[in-house]
Amino acid sequence: MAATHTPAPAASTQLPPRRLVLDVLHDWVTTVDHKKLGLLYIGYALIFLVIAGFQALLMRVQLSIPNNTFVSPQTFNQLFTMHGTTMVFFVGMPILFGFGNYLVPLMIGARDMAFPRLNAFSFWISAFGGFLLYFSYFGASGLYGAGGAPDVGWFAYAPLTAHVFSPGHSTDYWTLAILLSGIGSIGTALNIVATTLCMRCPGMKLSRMPLLVWLYLVTSSLVFVTISPLTAAQIMLMLDRYAGSHFFDTQAGGSAVLWMHFFWIFGHPEVYILILPAFAFANEIIPVFSRKAIFGYPAMVAASVGIGFISLSVWAHHMFTVGLGPGANTFFTLATMVISVPTGIKLFNWLATLWGGKIHFTTSMMFAIGFLFQFLIAGLTGIMLSVAPFDWQLGSSYFVVAHFHYVLVGAILFMLFSAFYYWYPKMSGRMLSERLGKWHFWIFLIGFHLTFDFMHVPGLLGMPRRIYTYEADRGWMIWNLIISSGAIFQAVGTLLFVYNMVWSFFKGPIAGPDPWDAWTLEWSTPSPPPEYNFAVIPTVDSRRPLWDIKHPDDPDSRYE
Amino acid sequence: MLSRNIWALLSSDFSHGSTSIFAPAGTPAHSIFSLSLLVLGITTAIFLIVAALLLFAVIRYRHRASHPDADQEPPQIYGSTQIELSWTVIPILIVVLLFLATTRIILSTQDAPKPASALDVTIVGHQYWWEFSYPKLGIVTANELHIPVSDPKHPTPTYLTMTSADTDHSFWIPRLAGKMDLIPNQINSMWIDPQSAGLYLGQCAQYCGVQHAKMLLRVYADTPADFAAWVSRQQKPAVQSSDPQATAGRATFQHSVCISCHTVSGTVATGRFGPDLTHLASRDTIASGSLPNTPANLRAFIDNPAAFKPGVLMPAMHLNQHDLDAVTAYLSTLK
Repeated sequence: MAATHTPAPAASTQLPPRRLVLDVLHDWVTTVDHKKLGLLYIGYALIFLVIAGFQALLMRVQLSIPNNTFVSPQTFNQLFTMHGTTMVFFVGMPILFGFGNYLVPLMIGARDMAFPRLNAFSFWISAFGGFLLYFSYFGASGLYGAGGAPDVGWFAYAPLTAHVFSPGHSTDYWTLAILLSGIGSIGTALNIVATTLCMRCPGMKLSRMPLLVWLYLVTSSLVFVTISPLTAAQIMLMLDRYAGSHFFDTQAGGSAVLWMHFFWIFGHPEVYILILPAFAFANEIIPVFSRKAIFGYPAMVAASVGIGFISLSVWAHHMFTVGLGPGANTFFTLATMVISVPTGIKLFNWLATLWGGKIHFTTSMMFAIGFLFQFLIAGLTGIMLSVAPFDWQLGSSYFVVAHFHYVLVGAILFMLFSAFYYWYPKMSGRMLSERLGKWHFWIFLIGFHLTFDFMHVPGLLGMPRRIYTYEADRGWMIWNLIISSGAIFQAVGTLLFVYNMVWSFFKGPIAGPDPWDAWTLEWSTPSPPPEYNFAVIPTVDSRRPLWDIKHPDDPDSRYE
Repeated sequence: MLSRNIWALLSSDFSHGSTSIFAPAGTPAHSIFSLSLLVLGITTAIFLIVAALLLFAVIRYRHRASHPDADQEPPQIYGSTQIELSWTVIPILIVVLLFLATTRIILSTQDAPKPASALDVTIVGHQYWWEFSYPKLGIVTANELHIPVSDPKHPTPTYLTMTSADTDHSFWIPRLAGKMDLIPNQINSMWIDPQSAGLYLGQCAQYCGVQHAKMLLRVYADTPADFAAWVSRQQKPAVQSSDPQATAGRATFQHSVCISCHTVSGTVATGRFGPDLTHLASRDTIASGSLPNTPANLRAFIDNPAAFKPGVLMPAMHLNQHDLDAVTAYLSTLK
């Protein structure tokens, strides 16, 4: 079966004509097309990325010198709560779902998601959650006067969320926003699972599915399992606040630790929910720019599924200092260390994919290489934190803040930038400027390392997280100044990226269907793809259908 | 050279304020420090090897446009079971090693038998201050914990029993031990044994509300003689000064709402919501370690606490200037 029936890339160099604003608006609001919803998710997330990034800048100004009074403690506490909540629920999740929505049907040769209307519902309800969170700035005090954003931290530990410690409605806005976004996330996760299991084109066995789709399958399954306890906990919290129940109300015999379990059984897998899509992008981008097939496809699938399962048994490493006792501390140390094994396998397979290739240093690939180095460091500091006694010192300090920003920025955001440079031509029909892209890469890289390399140090010197100011005699100031200076570079880099996207949308060179000479099905469609994706549903014989077409003398199908 | 300088910065004693985890001064902090050196050694080795391989691959296998077969695809290699096995098994062995080393320290710290010579202290976390009580000595104090130095030959560790009156807090003195959370409705415990006399700093490490940042901690490790002297002073009831201004201040204090939150032993002031003031003047700091204990600071703090600690639960007392002076004078006599 060497013959492949994938339609040849259409030689389209023209973009569809532009229409009236109102038509376009109506089209986007009522759309059930997976590509448009994907772009809506991405656009919505980018707006929140800029907002939450700005909140981070304000915090860095406040912390650059000791005893600063740039913002009040109340404002600072709201800033870190909103920054964390926004970045996780209204930037990370939607942007990754956005790419998944856009790419999964295209990569498995389907014309849309399994449930297009559910898809639209999920997006709009998540989006409403985000607006509700920010409406707290106006509405949180109800009728009594000015509002106030939530200030209980993104993990909102009980009993700080009880009525007595958190009067007014700011915590309610937080709870409702998370609840709504959770419903949307579960809807989209269900959709992605159903799509990958039921909508694959003829010939695409599970063992031929692109790794990106595999990882989205694992991530979406994790969303099912973990968003549910979070949603349950939000409902329990609302019952506590309004119906007189006492799940977390310690003043009436409730348990603060119960909330921690509920939150972290969601919260730690959430980290994997966010990073598995980043792995997914790396699995597609690194092979294409190394000009080699991914090394060890079966091992990569096994490692991804393994990470999914193990990630469900590591949550209490966030609770090494809450007094669970030596038994629990030992178990969660082991479980957390074990997850480094499949994670290591992934890194080594990417290394082996680079090995013997012909690496093209496009902006996309440069971000991916940055990802590899930074993810290595993030993984190693993660191992340090898995050592429970070391965590008794490092937990809740700036070392932890540095560690998880290394994961979220150094790994996930770098891989997201890489994905933007790689798939923007497919989504918009035009290439992003490589010249601006290189500037973006280097400036952001410098800023990232200034901020997050040096952020480990004050943690080692005893600086706890979530403090709006600190004593002058602790020796923390010099490090905080360096950290804050890096934030400026990151802001400039991000603005360059936004400018690049806008400029390239109008002025970028026409991309054509397959600008990177890639191998997966999305590159067999015009850029941007038509609403129906594929004029003829393709049939595939291997993991790289377009490689087979381009190399009929040596197709992949011969080796599987 | 550079690394030595950085190391010096990390572990040095800044004037008197070091909170570095790399300057351990007690058994738990020491065992964490040695474990951390092992972990840092292993992770640094992994980093150097993998980063070197990555760097090599990225440079060696870059696309060269001038190369004769630049347009050809490189050989396609799909995987190798032997190689996959090797980079699965080696990490598993490293995990086993790290896990065993870690378990040893977890047990030696959290399962250590309590010696008969141990001192017991109960800590209750409150929004933005620490309550310390010594049940066997009959002492209650706040924010500044005095404990005896522990000689390794005749250890006198201090066992801390901890809970919270309101939200979660966390007790963290980096040079003495890792942190332990104070959680309402739950009793936690830990132990510390400073091996040289001196002041050890720290602060609340679990976000507990508006003023989490200024919930500072001071632990004084006293020589046995100093500690015994401190205990005998603290066990005495409050000083009854005969100074007229202090006497007037005492009357004002006892007739205002001060007494519903604060205790001064031997008087009508028996409140438990705020720190015990019986020996306030014996402390070096006020406002949970955030201000030096001088009459001027004390007066300003009583006048408007939120000016120093926005979000503090003590209200501004709205005393007139005369009463402020008197109450300050009274509190300054409480040695």
